[in-house]
Amino acid sequence: MKIMKCPLNGPRNISEFICFGEVSKMPCPKKVSDDEWADFIWMSNNSAGVVQEWWCHSATAYWFIAERNTVTDEILKTYPASDVFTERIDF
Amino acid sequence: MPWNLLKYGLAPKYPARRDIPAPRDLKKSYDVIIIGAGGHGLSTAYHLARYHAINNVAVLDKGYVGGGNTARNTAVIRSNYISPEAVAFYKASVEMFKNLSNELGYNQMYSQRGQLTLAHSDASVRTFALRAEVNKHLGVRSEIVDRQQIREIVPCLNMDENMRFPIQAGLWHRDGSTARHDAVAWGYAMRAAQMGVEIHQHTEVTGIQVNAGRVVAVQTDRGTVKCNHAVQAVAGMSSVVAKMAGIRLPVRSFPLQAMVTHPVKPFLDPLVSSSDLHAYISQTARGEIVIGGGSDPYELYSTRSTLDLKESLVANTLELFPCIAELKLLRQWAGITDMTPDYSPVMGTSPVKNYWLDAGWGTWGFKATPISGKCMAETLANEKAVELIQPFRLERFKTFTLSNEAGATAASH
Ligand SMILES: Cc1cc2nc3c(=O)[nH]c(=O)nc-3n(C[C@H](O)[C@H](O)[C@H](O)COP(=O)(O)OP(=O)(O)OC[C@H]3O[C@@H](n4cnc5c(N)ncnc54)[C@H](O)[C@@H]3O)c2cc1C
Repeated sequence: MKIMKCPLNGPRNISEFICFGEVSKMPCPKKVSDDEWADFIWMSNNSAGVVQEWWCHSATAYWFIAERNTVTDEILKTYPASDVFTERIDF
Repeated sequence: MPWNLLKYGLAPKYPARRDIPAPRDLKKSYDVIIIGAGGHGLSTAYHLARYHAINNVAVLDKGYVGGGNTARNTAVIRSNYISPEAVAFYKASVEMFKNLSNELGYNQMYSQRGQLTLAHSDASVRTFALRAEVNKHLGVRSEIVDRQQIREIVPCLNMDENMRFPIQAGLWHRDGSTARHDAVAWGYAMRAAQMGVEIHQHTEVTGIQVNAGRVVAVQTDRGTVKCNHAVQAVAGMSSVVAKMAGIRLPVRSFPLQAMVTHPVKPFLDPLVSSSDLHAYISQTARGEIVIGGGSDPYELYSTRSTLDLKESLVANTLELFPCIAELKLLRQWAGITDMTPDYSPVMGTSPVKNYWLDAGWGTWGFKATPISGKCMAETLANEKAVELIQPFRLERFKTFTLSNEAGATAASH
């Protein structure tokens, strides 16, 4: 079993986590053009290499960020989302 | 005996048959460059040469012919999809498969045994009813079968009412079939090569030169080659290659795993699948039991197998077929699949004028190999996407006109 280190719960089996894809910036829904919105909704970088991703520890519903190599499946770093998002985001 | 074999092998009277000519240098330019020598790329090349008199074509592959998902799939061929556009498209492919051995003069071991999909929930029974009606309307043989009929179609299935998810009903698809995937790739490769198509294995595309919205050349690890048109048919690497042409795709790459057991006497004729349990199985002509299931839980460009997935797959399969519990697993593998949000492919035009897409085949593209090649060739020859693939155009993601096949594809074949 692969182990992932949760910033809140420590090392846990990877099956306890859910991946929610690459961290990306949501364009402002009020200002953005239709094409840019469609791009944000559907398109994906699908990068082969190190990516920054949203993960959630499902048992505790704790969301955090992981840096993972999508070619080697090596998990390089995990940290709380507050390390990246320093201000509140309103929708 | 070994001596005789050696003599036979070395005798000039029996030269080894080469399916495709020995490697040679790349030309400076081609009419069409096809990236990816899987079934889709080769089928496109074959149809270009055979039906459109375009044979100044090079098919480039970083590995070897059919070594990608074409060699890794579980060879389920079916047309019981849910949206009318998909049913019409896959039906056309099943029709082509029926005659493929004749068309190519290459035994495809095509075998129509019917496919039984099981419902273990009311929701599945409802989608099956919808699928059966859409299918019948378009001339595809699908019908809902009850528990008694299921017993007759597959006597060895576990029909216990006390199992975790008892079987409620089934979708019986008589057109469901299977074929030998390597023969599909090699059949198209051999015939395309005979008509002048060049197939270059171990030739990796590393860049695509775009000038004023048009592809002018393709860079490879063996040099740069000019072209009038380029097509990408690279399955799991779709996003990576499209990015070289500056194109973003609605694709995420996930590994999909499968396995086979050692061979046993024939006991299972139809292909059986369960989307509720994420498992499907069939018996090959050799007697091996092929087992496939759902995708890996997160994106990855790696074809390693994992014990976790194998365990859950085996557990679910044994729930359906407790009788195979004593069989040993012989081989296991994975392929990188290019998943789209609506489980439909991305085919035809791209934002780059003479660059054509054959991508997003995910876990279900083997059955489409003949029709995709036919449609892509026609599209290239006329420089306009043919009617049949219009619903699968990339622009559907701009206009929010998706073609949702999640329900009919969730068992990953
Ligand atoms: C385990 C598994 C089970 C499946 N089961 C089924 C099934 O039952 N039924 C079904 O219909 N489908 C199934 N599929 C899906 C099916 O296998 C694929 O959709 C289909 O084979 C795709 O064919 P292709 O020719 O597009 O791609 P591939 O056969 O993968 O060929 C793509 C080629 O592109 C080459 N390539 C990649 N990058 C480059 C580059 N930069 N330069 C040059 N060449 C490059 C690769 O080397 C490869 O040979 C399954 C897939 C898997 C993995």
